[in-house]
Amino acid sequence: MSTDILYIWSSSPALSLAIWLVLIVTVLYLGRPHAHQLLRGTGRAVYGSARVAARSIRQLEQRVRERNRDVLLAMGREATEKAIEREFSRVHTLVARDLSQYPKLHRKLADTLQKVEADYHATTEDAPLAPAWAEVVDTLAALPRSGDPAMVKILDNIQEAVETSHQQTLAAYQKSSNERHRILNAMQPAWRALGTTMTKVQETITGLDERAKTIDRHMATYESMRKAEDKAVHALTASSVTQFFIASLVLVIAAFGGIINFHLIALPMSEMVGGASYIGSVRTSDIAALVIIMVEITMGLFLLEALQITRLFPMIGSLDDRMRKRMAIAAFTILVIFAAIEASLAYMRDLLALDREALAQSLAGAAIVEDKFRWVPSIGQLVLGFVLPFALAFVAIPLEAFVHSLRTVLGLVVVGALRTLRLAVRLGGGMANHLSKMLVNLYDIFVMVPLSIERLIKQYRAEAGQRRDDTAGEGRPSKAARRRQRNDEADDLAVDTREA
Amino acid sequence: MGGRVCGWALRLAAGILSAAALTGCGEPVNNSRAAFVLIDISSDYAGELQKAQTLTNYLLANLESGDSLGIGFIDNSSFTERNIIARATFDHRPSVTTRQKREVRAQLDAFVQRFRVPSHHSDITGGVLLASDYLNETKAGQRYLFILSDLHEDLPPWLNRSVGVNLEAIEVIAVNVKRQRRDNNDPQAYRQRLAGWQQRVEESGGQWRVVNDLARLESAVVLR
Repeated sequence: MSTDILYIWSSSPALSLAIWLVLIVTVLYLGRPHAHQLLRGTGRAVYGSARVAARSIRQLEQRVRERNRDVLLAMGREATEKAIEREFSRVHTLVARDLSQYPKLHRKLADTLQKVEADYHATTEDAPLAPAWAEVVDTLAALPRSGDPAMVKILDNIQEAVETSHQQTLAAYQKSSNERHRILNAMQPAWRALGTTMTKVQETITGLDERAKTIDRHMATYESMRKAEDKAVHALTASSVTQFFIASLVLVIAAFGGIINFHLIALPMSEMVGGASYIGSVRTSDIAALVIIMVEITMGLFLLEALQITRLFPMIGSLDDRMRKRMAIAAFTILVIFAAIEASLAYMRDLLALDREALAQSLAGAAIVEDKFRWVPSIGQLVLGFVLPFALAFVAIPLEAFVHSLRTVLGLVVVGALRTLRLAVRLGGGMANHLSKMLVNLYDIFVMVPLSIERLIKQYRAEAGQRRDDTAGEGRPSKAARRRQRNDEADDLAVDTREA
Repeated sequence: MGGRVCGWALRLAAGILSAAALTGCGEPVNNSRAAFVLIDISSDYAGELQKAQTLTNYLLANLESGDSLGIGFIDNSSFTERNIIARATFDHRPSVTTRQKREVRAQLDAFVQRFRVPSHHSDITGGVLLASDYLNETKAGQRYLFILSDLHEDLPPWLNRSVGVNLEAIEVIAVNVKRQRRDNNDPQAYRQRLAGWQQRVEESGGQWRVVNDLARLESAVVLR
């Protein structure tokens, strides 16, 4: 069919092809202004649409970013409020525990001080031995003894009496000193008690001071969040992303724990619900094992919620304390029961595996070997079956962190995706614009022969016109042609400016 | 706002319920399996009884709770209850299944031990009829018929075996098809015998396979 079209003008393919070529080039030349308009118009339309779309995406991105910011700040405010509340609670505990006993402590301090003061007064030193006593004794000793014997005797008696008195006074002074030392010695425990009490007071005051500093820090953060400062938003974003990765990691570990738990109880569950029963293409025993694990995780969730360690369910958090306590006891009891069931199932699994192994050995014709330390894995499975449910129960904590940080991370991902989309749309629009320009030039390549002829004619006319202008002072292109050219140039310039 | 949320919740709940109802109403998948081992005890094949034990052990190791296994032998006339050596549908409890497997194995071992005199004829069609009845009765999702024979049918003159066999949805696997002395002289006869049985099985609605080496059984026959 296509070859028939080729030979429509002549039997010679070269001639026919040349005729077709001439015809096509002529048609292309005649349709050149319209084709140019079509190509440039399409390019500009695509570019304009892409700009509008990009602007819409940008607005959407802005809205998402603002929403993320609001969510982040709200979450941060909530977390800081909780932290401040917790600090105040600690301060309250500190005050209730230590400072409530302060009057007693104060009385104790005052008593100790009074006692110390009294003791101190009691230890006031008596006047030491008067120096005159020694002088009197020396004088009496220095008196000449060669005179009247009666006088000598009197003097000796006086000296003896004075010396006796001196000895007695010295003994009394020594006794008094000993008494004072005893009192000072007895003061030691009182001083120590005073020191201990003061240290205790200092510790309490220091603890309160530290709490006050922490509260101040939290309050500063809270204030920053309340003012919606960028610093606070960045800090919260970084914290959320970190929390997200840590929580994800812990959840993955928990998932592996769940898989181990599943394999531990899936086989023995078939003893209860039947090994030949299927729901769809999944064994009922597998589903039952999964349900048990899920129920354990749920009970752990309720337990931690009732203990107010997590706050995933506001309804549980708003229950009164007695109700929450009952709920915690119920959840813990169910958890213990399930753990016991799992332990027994794990043990049964070991027995079943042992039985199967024996059968497999006998089917293979091998002698059944009794393993000496077979009880070790049995006990291990029993303990693992009991412990794993409790370990899985704590999954609620990373789950809460994951759920809370997921909002931030999803928001960041959406913003990133929108930004990429906007960039792609802008790039597409720019490329379409450039492509249209390239196609216009490519079009001109096909019609370059008639275009060259046209240019020569124009040049000839221009020269002729110039000559006429020289003579008549006129010869400009028509107004319409000038306007069209100006419009085209202005359009291109505008597009180029926007692109820039 | 609350009304809209309620509406969404109701729609979601309705969707989940519909999906659950559709899933529940669907045809339940039949995952159970049934296998029947036919052992030829004619004079030409009686020496291969150990192969039957190996095959049975392989099946016992692979079948699970809810599956069925039957073992029968082919002799002068095979379409009777006495031709069944053992049969069991394994209990849904794995512990009971293990016990049943031991019993099946013990029954086959006892049969092999007390076997003395090979049969003169081999009524393979009768055995296949017996096995197909058993397999169809189990209503298992996958049905396998293992034939340990040289596939040389030698019917006594009084037996009428020109009846149709229902082998619909049964995979017939000829295991260890022993070549006879006259097959050595004329291999074409052996091939024709195999082709004849294949045609019979396929015309009866079954699928035909030959596994001559028991070591390749595991790779050739996958019990899904």
